[in-house]
Amino acid sequence: MDKSINVTLKVWRQAGPKVKGKFETYKLDNVSTDSSFLEMMDVLNEQLINERKEPIAFDHDCREGICGMCSMYINGHPHGPDGEITTCQLHMRVFKNNETITIEPWRSAAFPVIKDLMVNRGAYDKIIQAGGFVNVNTGGVPDGNAIAIGKDIADEAMDAASCIGCGACAAACKNGSAMLFVAAKVSQLALLPQGKVEGAARAKAMVAKMDELGFGNCTNTGACEAECPKNVSISHIARLNREFLCAKFQD
Amino acid sequence: MAKKEESTTVETTKIDAKIPAGPLAEKWSNYKAHQKLVNPSNKRRLDIIVVGTGLAGASAAASMAEMGFNVLNFCIQDSPRRAHSIAAQGGINAAKNYQNDGDSVYRLFYDTIKGGDYRAREANVYRLAEVSNGIIDQCVAQGVPFAREYGGLLDNRSFGGAQVSRTFYAKGQTGQQLLLGAYSALSRQVGKGAVKLYSRYEMLDVVVIDGRARGIIARNLVSGKIERFFAHAVVVGSGGYGNAFFLSTNAMTSNASAAIQMYKKGAYFANPAYAQIHPTCIPVHGEFQSKLTLMSESLRNDGRIWTPKSKEDAEAIRTGKKKATDLSEDERDYYLERRYPAFGNLVPRDVASRAAKERCDAGYGVGNTGLAVYLDFSAAIKRLGEDVVRARYGNLFQMYEKIVDENPYNTPMMIYPAIHYTMGGVWVDYELQTSVKGLFCIGEANFSDHGANRLGASALMQGLADGYFVLPYTIQNYLADQIQVPRMSTELPEFVQAEKDVNDKIKKLLSIQGKKSVDSLHRELGLIMWDFVGMGRNKAGLEIALEKIKEVRKEFWSNVFIPGKDADMNSELEKALRVADFIEIGELMARDALQREESCGGHFREEYQTPEGEALRNDEEFSFASCWKFMGEGNEPVLLKEALDYEFIHRQQRNYKA
Ligand SMILES: Cc1cc2nc3c(=O)[nH]c(=O)nc-3n(C[C@H](O)[C@H](O)[C@H](O)COP(=O)(O)OP(=O)(O)OC[C@H]3O[C@@H](n4cnc5c(N)ncnc54)[C@H](O)[C@@H]3O)c2cc1C
Ligand code: SF4
Ligand code: FES
Repeated sequence: MDKSINVTLKVWRQAGPKVKGKFETYKLDNVSTDSSFLEMMDVLNEQLINERKEPIAFDHDCREGICGMCSMYINGHPHGPDGEITTCQLHMRVFKNNETITIEPWRSAAFPVIKDLMVNRGAYDKIIQAGGFVNVNTGGVPDGNAIAIGKDIADEAMDAASCIGCGACAAACKNGSAMLFVAAKVSQLALLPQGKVEGAARAKAMVAKMDELGFGNCTNTGACEAECPKNVSISHIARLNREFLCAKFQD
Repeated sequence: MAKKEESTTVETTKIDAKIPAGPLAEKWSNYKAHQKLVNPSNKRRLDIIVVGTGLAGASAAASMAEMGFNVLNFCIQDSPRRAHSIAAQGGINAAKNYQNDGDSVYRLFYDTIKGGDYRAREANVYRLAEVSNGIIDQCVAQGVPFAREYGGLLDNRSFGGAQVSRTFYAKGQTGQQLLLGAYSALSRQVGKGAVKLYSRYEMLDVVVIDGRARGIIARNLVSGKIERFFAHAVVVGSGGYGNAFFLSTNAMTSNASAAIQMYKKGAYFANPAYAQIHPTCIPVHGEFQSKLTLMSESLRNDGRIWTPKSKEDAEAIRTGKKKATDLSEDERDYYLERRYPAFGNLVPRDVASRAAKERCDAGYGVGNTGLAVYLDFSAAIKRLGEDVVRARYGNLFQMYEKIVDENPYNTPMMIYPAIHYTMGGVWVDYELQTSVKGLFCIGEANFSDHGANRLGASALMQGLADGYFVLPYTIQNYLADQIQVPRMSTELPEFVQAEKDVNDKIKKLLSIQGKKSVDSLHRELGLIMWDFVGMGRNKAGLEIALEKIKEVRKEFWSNVFIPGKDADMNSELEKALRVADFIEIGELMARDALQREESCGGHFREEYQTPEGEALRNDEEFSFASCWKFMGEGNEPVLLKEALDYEFIHRQQRNYKA
């Protein structure tokens, strides 16, 4: 435990959306291997502030892998080289002494850079607004136990629902497709009787929105699944395709 | 005593909580039957600002938009789905009695009142228990994938402070799933144009015109631009103020600022001293640490808490000579099971936290700092098998392993208490309205339902109760009188002045150009809070805290360094604005804790305890909610007391032993 390492950080700096960005190199010594990646970034920022420079802007909030706020492309991987976790859960013990670490923002046409490592992921909200819900109002709904739902179905819906909306799937995809994110929501709701009724219409509306917002097409490369911090499976894309075909059929 | 009377000015104005008359179980139905409503065509003409998109804010915004009001909804994060509620792990309570284990609305009400150490309002808590069942139905209808049993029905687990299984859950991600449910309802209304969403915005002031809240001033966090927004009513669901301690389980942007702004505009701040220290968090491990991670209370269902029986073993473990697994059963002290046989590992949080502190202070703590106890799953794994344990807590175990680099399937987890939740908050009446007309407060930001201690799985319940089922009714009772009020211009002098005040504050902060970073000052404040206003408080310590907080305030306003500009994305400026208010709330917490010369729930004054070391309440003198009234910058606030009359429940010393 309690070891420390020295690292060199190549960090993308970009003052604003329309400004040209470039890499800056920083050296950071005595980083505890028990610290998280973002704590290492805090230390770097504290160092920059002490040098009276502007700290590096990056998104983060919960710092426990659930809010989906943190992003960052680290050494060529969204959320870094360690599997099944977000950037905020990444720990410095996975890096070697004297390693050079490259840190970039999500790179995807649909996620423009706001500043440094911070991007605008508003497009994901717009996709949900287009249909990622069940049409119910507050009140006047049946008892929670009125419809029995098999445990396996509920568990599968839960797996799909664990998507944190981080955007790593689109950032990892060479086509910039948001298919895994869309499929996770379509699949969650299509699996459950409450959401099944509108399944086809939902799939159609969300996919249309995704296309309109400039995300690319899915060509099944599987990069999204490999980089997804929540292990959302591409089998959900197959379910989305079925719902989508259904919608086409109904047209 | 004399000193205390000097420092706290008490005002005797009677505080009216507007509790409806009648028997407890009929109050809410009576209220709804007689309140004023707004008809559909008028709803369209009324604007409501909702600050916050957590469970409280998102559910309120969605429900009010469905009813036909125009809603403007604000949050700090880039998406409403990322509000701090997303991080809640364990579950949500409801009085469904699906398990047929004797649960009922009354029992949930009773447990919540008792858990809060008899410092909450009976009528509010009863209403909370009453609407709890509707929340589960609502969430199921939205597609929230709650855990199910093999027969397809909803599953439950137990939480601290209850002897029934009434907690609904979705793996270890209940808050996430409930919030995504509320977020989907909200998104539906955004898609329809009924809610206008302002993400990456931070409210920096409330605008009050002729005694009524009429809008807010907010900063666009991307451009840095300060903007004005009008509404007929303002609702704030901005979460709790636990980050005053710097290290807490709250998200990094959780803050006290919206609440402090309301306070400074005339809303009373109630019970600031009531903060909850959660017993099961991953212990502090280094100087660089930015936050603490909670390990859900649900783990206490199957995990057993212990420390070594002998100090020698504890010492050997601290120095690495022995491991937890080297100790045999009879070398372990399952101190909760020993002290509280009836509730065992499931005693309420305040009790469990103090018991851990007691063991560590007495020299039995483990980990390299000695500030940790074990949470052990070996018995559960033996009884249920690793697969069942994995299915229940897999994501928590993974989280633990990523942080601590130890596998909790093989070796016990180490845990220690950390600040987690704040029961205190902006004072509201039965209608969730603050002492400023037209200004409402919901969710963790208000003080309403948990008294001096909150039971596990009850915050999610309260947030959604407020947002789905209470506020959408009560706000109409206010708005029914506002239908004649036209939309106001944001050029009115009150808006101009409020914006100017905000700009002046920002200019002042940026002009200091001192030597200390915002975080370093926040850390200083946090240490004071933890040392003197934390788990064990006493008069001398609280007086020291008040002195030291004054020093931090002075240092902050003369020596903070904020790089960058105001008209730009500037995270240091954002943090500085929040820390300025954490200093205010920190002081208010210490002041309130000093004034309350009793122990109750999360507020433990070392001078007031039973011979067994349990909290000793003083119902004669302190059966009130303390409401602090702001008296202007530089002046001491005044204390008002809302008497808590227990009409229906007989108060007792809390007892979790038998
Ligand atoms: C780790 C953890 C686990 C928990 N587990 C449980 C559990 O299992 N069961 C349970 O019942 N409770 C649990 N809780 C407590 C519970 O999660 C919270 O009390 C509850 O979610 C608070 O909801 P809220 O809507 O009041 O506020 P939050 O979810 O904190 O939302 C606050 C919102 O206000 C916005 N906001 C704040 N200030 C401003 C501003 N100035 N301008 C604009 N927007 C602003 C934020 O952006 C956010 O959208 C847990 C808490 C933590 C920390
Ligand atoms: S599917 Fe995975 S990678 Fe994509 S947004 Fe969801 S959690 Fe992130
Ligand atoms: S900061 Fe919340 S997921 Fe990383």
